[in-house]
Amino acid sequence: MGFDLNNWYKEKRQGELILEYAGAITSDVISDTLAEFESKINIYDDLKRVRKKVYNVLVECLQNLYHHVDEAPVNAEVDEKDKYGAIVLSRDGTFFRISTGNFVKKEKISLIKDRIDQVNSLSDNEVKNLYREILNNSEFSDKGGGGLGILDIVRKTGNKLEYNFFQVDDDYIFYALDVYIS
Amino acid sequence: METIIREETLKTPFVKFDSDKGLVEIKGRSIPENSIEFYKPLIDWLDKYADQPSGRTSVNIKLEYFNTSSSKCILDIFRKLELIHKKGNEVEINWYYEEDDEDMFEAGEDYQSIINIPFKMIEMED
Repeated sequence: MGFDLNNWYKEKRQGELILEYAGAITSDVISDTLAEFESKINIYDDLKRVRKKVYNVLVECLQNLYHHVDEAPVNAEVDEKDKYGAIVLSRDGTFFRISTGNFVKKEKISLIKDRIDQVNSLSDNEVKNLYREILNNSEFSDKGGGGLGILDIVRKTGNKLEYNFFQVDDDYIFYALDVYIS
Repeated sequence: METIIREETLKTPFVKFDSDKGLVEIKGRSIPENSIEFYKPLIDWLDKYADQPSGRTSVNIKLEYFNTSSSKCILDIFRKLELIHKKGNEVEINWYYEEDDEDMFEAGEDYQSIINIPFKMIEMED
Protein backbone atom coordinates (compact mmCIF):
# COMPACT_ATOMS: atom_id res chain seq x y z
CA MET A 1 0.00 0.00 0.00
CA GLY A 2 0.94 3.62 -0.15
CA PHE A 3 2.28 3.63 -3.69
CA ASP A 4 3.41 7.14 -4.55
CA LEU A 5 3.56 7.88 -8.27
CA ASN A 6 5.61 11.03 -7.70
CA ASN A 7 8.26 9.07 -5.88
CA TRP A 8 8.48 6.68 -8.77
CA TYR A 9 9.06 9.57 -11.18
CA LYS A 10 11.64 11.10 -8.90
CA GLU A 11 13.56 7.85 -8.82
CA LYS A 12 13.42 7.38 -12.58
CA ARG A 13 14.64 10.90 -13.25
CA GLN A 14 17.85 10.13 -11.40
CA GLY A 15 20.91 10.74 -13.49
CA GLU A 16 20.46 12.96 -16.50
CA LEU A 17 16.87 13.30 -17.66
CA ILE A 18 16.54 13.25 -21.45
CA LEU A 19 12.81 13.05 -21.95
CA GLU A 20 9.67 12.16 -20.09
CA TYR A 21 5.98 11.94 -20.68
CA ALA A 22 3.03 10.97 -18.56
CA GLY A 23 -0.55 10.93 -19.75
CA ALA A 24 -2.67 9.35 -22.44
CA ILE A 25 -0.55 7.27 -24.78
CA THR A 26 -1.94 8.10 -28.20
CA SER A 27 -0.51 7.68 -31.65
CA ASP A 28 0.30 11.42 -31.77
CA VAL A 29 2.01 11.30 -28.41
CA ILE A 30 4.22 8.49 -29.69
CA SER A 31 5.13 10.56 -32.76
CA ASP A 32 5.87 13.63 -30.65
CA THR A 33 7.99 11.68 -28.18
CA LEU A 34 10.05 10.13 -30.97
CA ALA A 35 10.52 13.54 -32.61
CA GLU A 36 11.65 14.96 -29.28
CA PHE A 37 14.14 12.12 -28.95
CA GLU A 38 15.58 12.87 -32.37
CA SER A 39 15.90 16.55 -31.60
CA LYS A 40 18.01 15.65 -28.58
CA ILE A 41 20.43 13.24 -30.21
CA ASN A 42 22.86 15.98 -31.05
CA ILE A 43 22.83 17.38 -27.54
CA TYR A 44 23.96 14.10 -26.03
CA ASP A 45 27.05 13.00 -27.86
CA ASP A 46 27.10 9.39 -26.69
CA LEU A 47 23.45 9.07 -27.63
CA LYS A 48 24.51 9.22 -31.28
CA ARG A 49 26.39 5.97 -30.92
CA VAL A 50 23.40 4.07 -29.58
CA ARG A 51 20.82 6.22 -31.38
CA LYS A 52 19.21 3.39 -33.33
CA LYS A 53 19.05 0.98 -30.42
CA VAL A 54 17.53 3.55 -28.10
CA TYR A 55 15.09 4.66 -30.80
CA ASN A 56 13.98 1.11 -31.48
CA VAL A 57 13.54 0.31 -27.81
CA LEU A 58 11.66 3.57 -27.28
CA VAL A 59 9.28 2.63 -30.10
CA GLU A 60 8.61 -0.81 -28.64
CA CYS A 61 8.15 0.55 -25.11
CA LEU A 62 5.73 3.25 -26.25
CA GLN A 63 3.77 0.88 -28.42
CA ASN A 64 3.66 -1.72 -25.66
CA LEU A 65 1.99 0.94 -23.54
CA TYR A 66 -0.26 2.00 -26.40
CA HIS A 67 -1.58 -1.50 -26.92
CA HIS A 68 -1.71 -2.80 -23.38
CA VAL A 69 -2.49 -0.14 -20.79
CA ASP A 70 -5.56 -0.51 -18.66
CA GLU A 71 -7.53 2.50 -17.60
CA ALA A 72 -6.14 4.10 -14.45
CA PRO A 73 -8.11 3.50 -11.26
CA VAL A 74 -10.71 6.16 -10.42
CA ASN A 75 -8.85 7.56 -7.47
CA ALA A 76 -5.44 7.70 -9.16
CA GLU A 77 -4.00 11.20 -9.13
CA VAL A 78 -3.40 11.44 -12.84
CA ASP A 79 -4.94 13.76 -15.43
CA GLU A 80 -5.80 11.37 -18.19
CA LYS A 81 -7.09 8.12 -16.83
CA ASP A 82 -7.91 6.60 -20.15
CA LYS A 83 -4.79 5.06 -21.72
CA TYR A 84 -2.57 6.44 -19.01
CA GLY A 85 1.09 5.58 -19.26
CA ALA A 86 4.39 7.11 -18.26
CA ILE A 87 7.79 6.96 -19.88
CA VAL A 88 11.12 8.36 -18.75
CA LEU A 89 14.41 8.24 -20.66
CA SER A 90 17.48 9.17 -18.70
CA ARG A 91 21.17 8.55 -18.64
CA ASP A 92 22.51 6.95 -15.52
CA GLY A 93 26.25 6.49 -15.56
CA THR A 94 27.22 4.51 -18.62
CA PHE A 95 23.66 3.35 -19.29
CA PHE A 96 20.61 4.84 -20.87
CA ARG A 97 17.51 3.80 -19.03
CA ILE A 98 14.00 3.72 -20.40
CA SER A 99 11.41 3.33 -17.69
CA THR A 100 7.75 2.82 -18.34
CA GLY A 101 4.89 2.71 -15.88
CA ASN A 102 1.22 1.99 -16.23
CA PHE A 103 -1.74 0.77 -14.26
CA VAL A 104 -2.89 -2.77 -14.85
CA LYS A 105 -5.60 -4.88 -13.34
CA LYS A 106 -4.31 -7.17 -10.64
CA GLU A 107 -5.19 -10.37 -12.48
CA LYS A 108 -2.67 -9.56 -15.20
CA ILE A 109 0.32 -9.75 -12.85
CA SER A 110 1.10 -13.40 -13.36
CA LEU A 111 0.81 -13.10 -17.13
CA ILE A 112 3.28 -10.22 -17.26
CA LYS A 113 5.60 -11.71 -14.67
CA ASP A 114 5.75 -15.14 -16.33
CA ARG A 115 6.43 -13.58 -19.70
CA ILE A 116 9.30 -11.39 -18.51
CA ASP A 117 10.81 -14.07 -16.27
CA GLN A 118 10.77 -16.47 -19.20
CA VAL A 119 12.50 -14.01 -21.54
CA ASN A 120 15.00 -13.04 -18.84
CA SER A 121 15.93 -16.69 -18.34
CA LEU A 122 17.05 -17.14 -21.94
CA SER A 123 20.57 -16.88 -23.34
CA ASP A 124 21.25 -14.47 -26.22
CA ASN A 125 21.07 -17.32 -28.66
CA GLU A 126 17.82 -18.65 -27.21
CA VAL A 127 16.32 -15.16 -27.46
CA LYS A 128 17.26 -15.01 -31.13
CA ASN A 129 15.83 -18.45 -31.84
CA LEU A 130 12.59 -17.78 -30.00
CA TYR A 131 12.21 -14.48 -31.86
CA ARG A 132 12.56 -16.26 -35.19
CA GLU A 133 10.16 -18.99 -34.12
CA ILE A 134 7.45 -16.53 -33.11
CA LEU A 135 8.02 -14.43 -36.22
CA ASN A 136 7.70 -17.50 -38.38
CA ASN A 137 4.85 -19.33 -36.69
CA SER A 138 2.48 -17.04 -34.87
CA GLU A 139 -0.56 -15.25 -36.05
CA PHE A 140 -0.32 -11.63 -35.05
CA SER A 141 -3.27 -9.58 -33.95
CA ASP A 142 -4.02 -5.95 -34.78
CA LYS A 143 -2.57 -5.24 -31.39
CA GLY A 144 0.90 -6.32 -32.19
CA GLY A 145 3.47 -8.97 -32.39
CA GLY A 146 2.49 -11.87 -30.16
CA GLY A 147 5.03 -10.89 -27.55
CA LEU A 148 7.79 -10.03 -29.98
CA GLY A 149 8.13 -6.54 -28.50
CA ILE A 150 9.59 -7.69 -25.21
CA LEU A 151 11.84 -10.22 -26.95
CA ASP A 152 13.04 -7.57 -29.37
CA ILE A 153 13.95 -5.24 -26.51
CA VAL A 154 15.97 -7.92 -24.75
CA ARG A 155 17.62 -8.97 -27.98
CA LYS A 156 18.63 -5.46 -28.98
CA THR A 157 19.85 -4.36 -25.55
CA GLY A 158 21.40 -7.66 -24.49
CA ASN A 159 20.23 -6.83 -20.98
CA LYS A 160 17.68 -8.38 -18.67
CA LEU A 161 14.45 -6.52 -18.01
CA GLU A 162 13.77 -5.19 -14.53
CA TYR A 163 10.23 -4.88 -13.32
CA ASN A 164 8.21 -4.01 -10.28
CA PHE A 165 4.59 -4.26 -9.30
CA PHE A 166 3.32 -1.69 -6.83
CA GLN A 167 -0.02 -2.24 -5.25
CA VAL A 168 -2.31 0.74 -5.83
CA ASP A 169 -5.60 -0.52 -4.43
CA ASP A 170 -7.53 -3.77 -4.22
CA ASP A 171 -7.94 -4.03 -7.98
CA TYR A 172 -4.98 -2.23 -9.50
CA ILE A 173 -1.24 -2.54 -9.71
CA PHE A 174 1.27 -0.06 -11.04
CA TYR A 175 3.53 -2.01 -13.38
CA ALA A 176 6.97 -0.47 -13.78
CA LEU A 177 9.53 -1.66 -16.29
CA ASP A 178 13.18 -0.63 -16.64
CA VAL A 179 15.21 -1.25 -19.76
CA TYR A 180 18.93 -0.56 -19.80
CA ILE A 181 20.87 0.21 -22.95
CA SER A 182 24.63 0.54 -22.95
CA MET B 1 -1.54 -3.37 -62.89
CA GLU B 2 -1.57 -0.07 -61.14
CA THR B 3 1.73 1.01 -59.64
CA ILE B 4 1.58 1.69 -55.91
CA ILE B 5 3.51 4.69 -54.68
CA ARG B 6 3.32 5.81 -51.06
CA GLU B 7 5.33 8.73 -49.86
CA GLU B 8 7.21 8.34 -46.61
CA THR B 9 5.51 9.59 -43.45
CA LEU B 10 6.74 9.89 -39.88
CA LYS B 11 5.83 6.27 -39.20
CA THR B 12 5.44 4.61 -42.57
CA PRO B 13 7.98 3.98 -45.32
CA PHE B 14 8.24 5.07 -48.92
CA VAL B 15 6.75 2.29 -51.02
CA LYS B 16 6.92 1.64 -54.73
CA PHE B 17 5.41 -1.51 -56.22
CA ASP B 18 5.73 -1.44 -60.01
CA SER B 19 4.54 -4.51 -61.93
CA ASP B 20 5.87 -3.37 -65.34
CA LYS B 21 9.38 -3.02 -64.01
CA GLY B 22 9.10 -5.93 -61.59
CA LEU B 23 10.11 -3.65 -58.77
CA VAL B 24 9.18 -3.86 -55.09
CA GLU B 25 10.69 -1.14 -52.93
CA ILE B 26 10.26 -0.25 -49.27
CA LYS B 27 12.43 2.47 -47.78
CA GLY B 28 12.60 4.46 -44.58
CA ARG B 29 10.74 3.87 -41.32
CA SER B 30 8.08 1.36 -40.63
CA ILE B 31 6.83 1.96 -37.11
CA PRO B 32 3.04 2.35 -37.29
CA GLU B 33 0.91 1.25 -34.34
CA ASN B 34 -1.29 -0.69 -36.71
CA SER B 35 0.93 -2.25 -39.34
CA ILE B 36 -1.74 -4.51 -40.78
CA GLU B 37 -3.74 -1.48 -41.89
CA PHE B 38 -0.71 -0.17 -43.79
CA TYR B 39 0.53 -3.45 -45.26
CA LYS B 40 -2.76 -5.17 -46.17
CA PRO B 41 -3.17 -3.29 -49.51
CA LEU B 42 0.46 -4.07 -50.39
CA ILE B 43 -0.02 -7.77 -49.69
CA ASP B 44 -3.26 -7.77 -51.72
CA TRP B 45 -1.35 -6.14 -54.58
CA LEU B 46 1.25 -8.91 -54.47
CA ASP B 47 -1.52 -11.52 -54.54
CA LYS B 48 -2.69 -10.11 -57.86
CA TYR B 49 0.85 -9.58 -59.12
CA ALA B 50 1.53 -13.28 -58.50
CA ASP B 51 -0.96 -14.17 -61.27
CA GLN B 52 1.17 -12.44 -63.90
CA PRO B 53 4.50 -11.56 -62.43
CA SER B 54 7.40 -10.04 -64.27
CA GLY B 55 10.00 -12.64 -65.27
CA ARG B 56 12.33 -10.98 -62.84
CA THR B 57 11.31 -9.19 -59.64
CA SER B 58 13.79 -7.02 -57.76
CA VAL B 59 12.97 -6.35 -54.15
CA ASN B 60 14.79 -3.51 -52.41
CA ILE B 61 14.31 -3.19 -48.66
CA LYS B 62 16.13 -0.23 -47.21
CA LEU B 63 14.75 0.33 -43.75
CA GLU B 64 16.10 2.70 -41.17
CA TYR B 65 13.80 1.48 -38.41
CA PHE B 66 10.99 -1.01 -38.17
CA ASN B 67 8.90 -2.12 -35.22
CA THR B 68 7.94 -5.65 -34.27
CA SER B 69 4.42 -5.01 -35.47
CA SER B 70 5.82 -4.42 -38.99
CA SER B 71 8.15 -7.40 -38.84
CA LYS B 72 5.36 -9.91 -39.41
CA CYS B 73 3.91 -7.86 -42.27
CA ILE B 74 7.30 -7.73 -43.96
CA LEU B 75 7.50 -11.49 -43.59
CA ASP B 76 4.06 -11.77 -45.21
CA ILE B 77 5.37 -9.77 -48.16
CA PHE B 78 8.36 -12.09 -48.45
CA ARG B 79 6.03 -15.11 -48.30
CA LYS B 80 4.06 -13.81 -51.28
CA LEU B 81 7.31 -13.26 -53.16
CA GLU B 82 8.44 -16.74 -52.22
CA LEU B 83 5.38 -18.18 -53.98
CA ILE B 84 6.25 -16.20 -57.12
CA HIS B 85 9.80 -17.51 -56.91
CA LYS B 86 8.57 -21.08 -56.44
CA LYS B 87 6.63 -20.88 -59.68
CA GLY B 88 9.89 -20.45 -61.51
CA ASN B 89 10.14 -16.67 -61.69
CA GLU B 90 13.31 -14.89 -60.80
CA VAL B 91 13.06 -13.00 -57.51
CA GLU B 92 15.88 -11.36 -55.62
CA ILE B 93 15.72 -9.59 -52.30
CA ASN B 94 18.25 -6.86 -51.62
CA TRP B 95 18.38 -6.11 -47.91
CA TYR B 96 20.21 -2.86 -47.20
CA TYR B 97 21.69 -1.97 -43.82
CA GLU B 98 24.00 0.75 -42.59
CA GLU B 99 27.50 -0.44 -41.89
CA ASP B 100 27.34 -0.06 -38.10
CA ASP B 101 23.75 -1.29 -37.77
CA GLU B 102 24.14 -4.83 -36.51
CA ASP B 103 20.47 -5.03 -35.53
CA MET B 104 19.31 -4.36 -39.08
CA PHE B 105 21.87 -6.87 -40.35
CA GLU B 106 20.52 -9.50 -37.94
CA ALA B 107 16.95 -8.71 -38.98
CA GLY B 108 18.00 -9.50 -42.53
CA GLU B 109 19.46 -12.78 -41.33
CA ASP B 110 16.19 -13.60 -39.57
CA TYR B 111 14.26 -13.33 -42.82
CA GLN B 112 16.95 -15.11 -44.74
CA SER B 113 16.65 -18.05 -42.34
CA ILE B 114 12.88 -18.27 -42.88
CA ILE B 115 12.41 -17.40 -46.55
CA ASN B 116 13.64 -19.38 -49.49
CA ILE B 117 14.54 -16.67 -52.01
CA PRO B 118 17.99 -15.44 -53.10
CA PHE B 119 18.79 -12.86 -50.45
CA LYS B 120 21.53 -10.31 -50.80
CA MET B 121 22.77 -8.35 -47.80
CA ILE B 122 24.06 -4.98 -48.90
CA GLU B 123 26.06 -2.81 -46.56
CA MET B 124 25.74 0.94 -47.00
CA GLU B 125 28.49 3.24 -45.91
CA ASP B 126 27.57 6.23 -43.77
